[in-house]
Amino acid sequence: MITVTINGKPQDLDVDPEMPILWVLRDVLGLTGTKFGCGEALCGACTVHLDGDVIRSCVTPIRHADGKKLTTIEGLSEAGDHPLQKAWVELGVPQCGYCQSGQIMSAAALLVKKPKPTDQEIDQSLAGNLCRCGTYIRIRAAVKKAAGV
Amino acid sequence: MARISLVRRSFLQALGLGGAAFALGIEHAEAGPPKAKPNGKVDPDASTLAAVWVHHPFIAIAANGAVTIASHRAEMGQGVRSTLPVLMADELGADMKQVSLRQADGDEAYGDQSTDGSTSVRSHYEDLRKIAATARMMLIAGVAKKWKVEPSTCVATHHAINHPPSKRSMSFGEASLLAATMPVPDVKTVELRPESELTSLFRDLPHLDAFDMSTGRAQYGADIRLPGMLVAVIARPPVVFGKVKSFDPAPALAIKGVRKVVEMPAPKPPCHFQPLGGVAVIAENTWSAMRGRRALEIKWDDGDNRTYDSIAYRETLLASVRAKGEVVRKLGDVDAALAAAKKKVEAEYVLPHLAHAPMEPPACLAHFKGDSCEVWAPTQEPQDARDEVAKALGLDKKKVTVHMTFLGGAFGRKAKPDFIVEAALLSKMAGAPVRVQWTREDDIRHGYYHSTCAHRFSAGMDATGKVTAWLHRCAFPSISSTFANGVTHAGAGELQQGTTDFPLAVPNFRMENGEAKAHVRIGWLRSVHNINYAFAAGSFIDELAVARAADPRDMLLEIVGPARVLSAADLGVAKASNYGAPLDKHPIDTARLRRVIERVTELADWTSARKSGRFLGLAAHRSFLSYVAVVMSVVMDGGKPRVDEAWIVADAGKVLNHDRARAQMEGAIIFGIGLAMHGAITMKNGAVEQGNFRDYRIARIGEVPSKLHIELVKSDRPPGGIGEPGLPPVAPALANAVFAATGKRIRELPLMKSL
Repeated sequence: MITVTINGKPQDLDVDPEMPILWVLRDVLGLTGTKFGCGEALCGACTVHLDGDVIRSCVTPIRHADGKKLTTIEGLSEAGDHPLQKAWVELGVPQCGYCQSGQIMSAAALLVKKPKPTDQEIDQSLAGNLCRCGTYIRIRAAVKKAAGV
Repeated sequence: MARISLVRRSFLQALGLGGAAFALGIEHAEAGPPKAKPNGKVDPDASTLAAVWVHHPFIAIAANGAVTIASHRAEMGQGVRSTLPVLMADELGADMKQVSLRQADGDEAYGDQSTDGSTSVRSHYEDLRKIAATARMMLIAGVAKKWKVEPSTCVATHHAINHPPSKRSMSFGEASLLAATMPVPDVKTVELRPESELTSLFRDLPHLDAFDMSTGRAQYGADIRLPGMLVAVIARPPVVFGKVKSFDPAPALAIKGVRKVVEMPAPKPPCHFQPLGGVAVIAENTWSAMRGRRALEIKWDDGDNRTYDSIAYRETLLASVRAKGEVVRKLGDVDAALAAAKKKVEAEYVLPHLAHAPMEPPACLAHFKGDSCEVWAPTQEPQDARDEVAKALGLDKKKVTVHMTFLGGAFGRKAKPDFIVEAALLSKMAGAPVRVQWTREDDIRHGYYHSTCAHRFSAGMDATGKVTAWLHRCAFPSISSTFANGVTHAGAGELQQGTTDFPLAVPNFRMENGEAKAHVRIGWLRSVHNINYAFAAGSFIDELAVARAADPRDMLLEIVGPARVLSAADLGVAKASNYGAPLDKHPIDTARLRRVIERVTELADWTSARKSGRFLGLAAHRSFLSYVAVVMSVVMDGGKPRVDEAWIVADAGKVLNHDRARAQMEGAIIFGIGLAMHGAITMKNGAVEQGNFRDYRIARIGEVPSKLHIELVKSDRPPGGIGEPGLPPVAPALANAVFAATGKRIRELPLMKSL
């Protein structure tokens, strides 16, 4: 049995300890806001926070989360009003929207560490998050807006 | 367009619109042979009367005033859900705050739902308004009858019917009860509002889905859950039309959670939208299915396409363009003009295959229920999906329901419903709802690839440097090869994308198309052959400028020529395909092409920026009825180019939703940087060599310009395309900027291969 606090709620999980966190979230818990994009930590669509740190859930076995706290896009804010989410909506960042959960989770972790990030820090923190529609320019602007820089 | 009709109440109940007092849809005459009477004779009346039906409303108005508008096309990032319903609401006179969207299923009752070719606005602008205008006329007619006034003295504004002379007003809700009793006017008598009354449009519109997409609530193909649902992952033949020779299911079945291992039916040529075959592992969750597939031991018979080597094929394409091809466009005598030329410039360009690689790999949930099937799919072509599922399962298509989820990117890939048919077949085999999940490797290795190509140009100049001759040859495996056997040349629809429609102010030209056979599934990818033509021609025009020591902008304007409207004869073709649009409505107008070139270079401060040592590249192209010019500025960073600033000017006629149009231009620049710098799919022994984003690279955030300037030309012309026209000029503008920076002319994409 693996015990993980997911979005503030402790959960006992009877799953294969090797199952990647992504599939536990999506297939076992029905938390589908976290997306599958590559399966190899190359695209960032599956980004979640493990004890506050960015991880790629598609390659991280659930056993790594035992006794820890996981935060997904569903738990980033209750009402969808995290400053980043508000900035995302205000600037119309999403096109297809598929990668945006991961983009926002990466950006949220950045803002905790660097509340006033530079352009370079934004690019570095989001270098692992791909967007095929090409929303990067608005992503940069929205992160800055949320950070008030 | 077909007739507009009231929707029967029984259908509204089924759609959860039972509260609607009034609902309008399009009548649809079903295809298929007329039914025979018992005596064997065809009853023409029965066949026509029974064939007319309508049950899916575009607009429904409830007695409490709630208006529901169907979003009948695929939302794949272009913002169609935030645009077309606003158009209908505005024509109706509805208040968007009282309008809700209903995502439509795939059904001919909606008319064309093929979300492809940048058509959503350009092809449906008037028809969708007509439906809304019909509803408006009926609301007015009902109210006017009750008030005993002339309908022409009533107006529909602010969600109400108003009669200004008597200052009376009736809400849409109340009016809907009266409208439901009125006859539906003939579509020919329906009058649209003057455009000046469409007050919500032609500006930035609210992005209705941004909140759901920023909170993980938007549902895509893999996000739907049904009780008892299983997940399938398929091992497909590495080579198209390869077959399973033998396989051992035991190691896969030994994995916890794996329920079943089944062989998929092998496709027969041509590919069309058939699944590729292979072996499917059906499991309780995605992880088990993926592990099960890894454990499978399959021996493949690779078949005839195993000889395909795309690097070697490059030479085949070049040989094809070095020989005479089929003449597809000509004017004057190019051979004589080339022979008489004082200077000749020749160059060859090559582009690789590309994969769409949407961030959401194909995924589809299907539930086969014995005599019917329900499907949830991220599909650009819900009607094709429905047809193909019905065919594969042997069902009447009325028994197949295709629900459209959000599409996590598509770019043409999700216009091909092979993955949807897989899910339907597997649900039948499993006796349970099945989600087929493609991995990224599946997506990269089993796509419908953008075609590789070779282009060769020979231009002749006279003593003054004026271009007097232009010989252009191209060769590439055609999209048609996916749908028919024995295809050896390109189709008119592909050639129109530059080869046969790019305006040339050159007195003698000839375009030829050479033989090229396909060995993989060729499909359309955002902007399609325009990418290839614009790169080749846009680079070549830059080369002509260098040969004549001219400013590339002046050279481009000279090749495009003076402001004029070109007929098919001026183009040197029998008929201009023009993206299916009539030339009188959407002329090929060089004044518009010139304007975007002039404007983009003005914005980029072209002349003085170049003098001050910045490295700029320019290109322009007309596609999908819109005109776009791009300037890219590069800086060299450790021998590699980085775009530090870019400018894009688009004339897409009237633009309904400025914000989403700008977003598409931003996306086009970034999609274009990715494919120009890195994009290449190669095949060896018939199989794709790349598999994930480490070897099939797309642009990352650090590669995009910190400054991007977008301008939409203010225009009162009919709407052109938005989603695709921005992309074609990007790669040539970038390659030309790299030449400006390095003096190195790169004639093959991706650029990084040569840097």
